[in-house]
Amino acid sequence: MIRSELIEKIAEENPHLYQRDVERIVNTIFDRIIDAMAQGDRVELRGFGAFSVKKRDARLGRNPRTGEAVQVDEKHVPFFKTGKLLRDRLNGK
Amino acid sequence: MTDKTLTRMDLADAVHQEVGLSRNESADLVESVLTHMSDALTNGESVKISSFGTFSIRDKAARVGRNPKTGEEVPITPRRVLSFRPSHLMKDRVADGNKR
Repeated sequence: MIRSELIEKIAEENPHLYQRDVERIVNTIFDRIIDAMAQGDRVELRGFGAFSVKKRDARLGRNPRTGEAVQVDEKHVPFFKTGKLLRDRLNGK
Repeated sequence: MTDKTLTRMDLADAVHQEVGLSRNESADLVESVLTHMSDALTNGESVKISSFGTFSIRDKAARVGRNPKTGEEVPITPRRVLSFRPSHLMKDRVADGNKR
């Protein structure tokens, strides 16, 4: 399923809404999640899962082609943990 | 970093402010987005949201695990797990936003 198919399904269920508003609604939800993580916040959606930010420490990396050592700075990366309900549903429980 | 935790309510509030629907209807729409995504994943489909990320299902084979406390061997049944791969846009925004 891609974004446009998700929008299509929501639009079908909500014939009283304009298609362009359904697009704005769906986009707002995903944008808000990214905005939160960009501020270092967590987004916890019980039953579905939780988005959070993990810190990766600075380390000495290596250029795999030249073998040269390179300094890799500390960075923050997005992380998703599946919720219990969805994990159980995936396994037919 | 503000270290807050957002919930469905905050997403519903964002929808309410953006589109002007009632808080109740906004909450229902947030729920149906999550439901449609969960249903697709449960059917074994991946969910690709451009500029957000991709949720995909992976099959894990059965293996022998060990209870770390007792050392006892326990069979781990085959299972399906969900993995999320963030988009470049999400990675960049999270990396930039959390820089000190």
